[in-house]
Amino acid sequence: MGQKITIEPVTRVEGHGKVTIHLDNEGKIEQTRLHIVEFRGFERFVQGRPFWEMPVLVQRLCGICPVSHHLAAAKALDVIVGAGTGEGLTPTGEKMRRLMHYGQIFQSHSLHFFHLASPDLLFGVDGDPAKRNIIGVALEHRDLAVQGVMMRKYGQEVIKATAGKKIHGTGAIPGGINKHLTEEEREYLLHGDEYMNIDKMIAWSQDALAFFHEYHKKNKDIIDHFAEFPSSHLSLVRKDGALDLYHGVLRAVDAEGKKILHDVDYQEYDRYIDEEVRSWSYMKFPYLKEIGKQAGWYTVGPLARMNTAEFIDTPLAQKEFEQFKQYNGGKPSHKSMHMHWARLIEILHAAEKMKELLNDSDLMEGELVTKGNKLPEGVGLIEAPRGTLFHHYKIGENDMIKMANLIVSTTNNNQPMNEAVNQVAVKVMTGKKEITEGMMNAVEVAIRAYDPCLSCATHALGQMPLEFEVYDASNSLIEKKLKH
Amino acid sequence: MNQFVRFTIDGTECMATRGQYLVDAARENGIFIPTLCNFPGVKPKGSCRICSVKVNGKLMTACTTPVAEGMNIENESKEITELRKSIIELLFVEGNHFCPACEKSGNCELQALAYRFGIMVPRFPFQFPHRSVDASHPRIIKDHNRCILCKRCIRVITDESGRSIFAYRKRGIGVEVVVDPKLGKQLTEELAQKAMDVCPVGSILVKEKGFNIPIGERRYDKVPIGSDIENLQITKI
Repeated sequence: MGQKITIEPVTRVEGHGKVTIHLDNEGKIEQTRLHIVEFRGFERFVQGRPFWEMPVLVQRLCGICPVSHHLAAAKALDVIVGAGTGEGLTPTGEKMRRLMHYGQIFQSHSLHFFHLASPDLLFGVDGDPAKRNIIGVALEHRDLAVQGVMMRKYGQEVIKATAGKKIHGTGAIPGGINKHLTEEEREYLLHGDEYMNIDKMIAWSQDALAFFHEYHKKNKDIIDHFAEFPSSHLSLVRKDGALDLYHGVLRAVDAEGKKILHDVDYQEYDRYIDEEVRSWSYMKFPYLKEIGKQAGWYTVGPLARMNTAEFIDTPLAQKEFEQFKQYNGGKPSHKSMHMHWARLIEILHAAEKMKELLNDSDLMEGELVTKGNKLPEGVGLIEAPRGTLFHHYKIGENDMIKMANLIVSTTNNNQPMNEAVNQVAVKVMTGKKEITEGMMNAVEVAIRAYDPCLSCATHALGQMPLEFEVYDASNSLIEKKLKH
Repeated sequence: MNQFVRFTIDGTECMATRGQYLVDAARENGIFIPTLCNFPGVKPKGSCRICSVKVNGKLMTACTTPVAEGMNIENESKEITELRKSIIELLFVEGNHFCPACEKSGNCELQALAYRFGIMVPRFPFQFPHRSVDASHPRIIKDHNRCILCKRCIRVITDESGRSIFAYRKRGIGVEVVVDPKLGKQLTEELAQKAMDVCPVGSILVKEKGFNIPIGERRYDKVPIGSDIENLQITKI
């Protein structure tokens, strides 16, 4: 008899999702889907609010990476207030925002690697679920857990110093920033106590990479072959091809690394990218218009950024980047678990960037805001921890928001996550009589590699996270397993 | 007749100039009586009732009651505190007050009072009324969602001839404070800013002015509302 398996809720991801897997009479996988079951409606209810509220209002989409929404909205509004696109701000404005963003990347990636992903690596994909969590990590690998917590704290402190508070601050305003870094804040972040200093953060970022390399050596099968499938990749890159998480031009490469989106100005993103709505998910499916709905999907995020960028402008991260590139033969990596590797390289890059900025006197003095002639429309893009984030606003004549379009990082990864679910389900579940917890976690590991933020992606009303349901060929529910 | 009078607030002996309103008399004695509709320099209205006290056992509004010899005033009794909390909670539920994205957050008197009274969540059901945002004036936005109808702007913001630039429109539950269409042009940049400052909540916003003051530097970020009065060094005569 055919079966439909549903994994709900998906755990150790941000937000609420569900996976359904249909099996035919022979136990072969017929269809897999990652459903996003939240609905929020931000794009609609911001209409009619004053435009300058957007960076503070829209960041409420998320409690994990509000800074990304805060900054993407501020960047879109820079255009509207006539401050240009990214390069137009005062040095203080741009550098304070960059520091905030690197703090965000650092804390969010640390959260993902240490709190969400490390239990799978340390205890195995099918390890004992009672241990396979952050508490298990804290009990058996104390140093690693402390590093994770303290690295996250450091990033949060950087955010507080630049945005006013750790979650949902107000630092970025249209045309710039609302504060300088104080001498006290700078000293605290540069040379703080035992843990709270940037050199310690750089050293721990390198330790995390060393841990990964060691794990990789012993577990090539999972790192190199788990959920591997060809994909195009998209991200912002600096005009000279360097990795740039705050600003740049839009580039996409195909599975072979050939450019398919040629460093275009993101103000015109809607010429190149569209979104498809499918009836079974609240999350849209973006695609490159030129290639079409079927094949135009792409991956964003840390791995995509490693695949689109040509180099990294900080020495330690560049060394790691070279090693990454060499390992993949100079071609884009399509290995889902390499996303963890890429994320760790970015943690190191963010730490190096923060050190550079903390030593820059522009943060302590100089004009905060710049403005010019007002425009009716603006687009702001940023490389959020989970990938390229698009904010697009139009204002009416009374300065009120008339239209808002948000393409969130996780939305960009919708199709890749569905592909990953399919890959893993086919591999671990085909022909199996019983669906074990380990098999369900394997599917979650694949989703987790993308570090999806499902609340953001649906811009959520709903309850927490993956549910597995088993349906027979006549589509009636015969088994349901909940994972909390 | 002696120009000073003696009275007590919650048993503390106080002294003030005869005829002063109770809120002012209390302030001079280092005692905070919360207010919302009241504003220095304009005639008190007593409309919000947040300053209610018991004078010799009778409920009175402290902003409109002149102090008199021998008054026994209850200001922080359980009954009065409960009454004030109820008023604050009712103000929250009858409008749409979403502090997180409000420019006035940290500078808002209603929010500051809620913090001072330890209100985490109102006990009354939210009404979620359908209210509009009027952005038609070139200098300001009037967000009716947040208006508590205190009339401060109507009483304080006037043109050179003393005419109120703001006015009530509609009646009953639908009443709104709007810019008087005939006098709207008189709302200079300076007056617009003053109107925003006078508004105890975030109902009057100067256009394009949002979040310029960082968190931590806002009026009530560091100390609760009223602590400036309570920390006054009082010289007892």
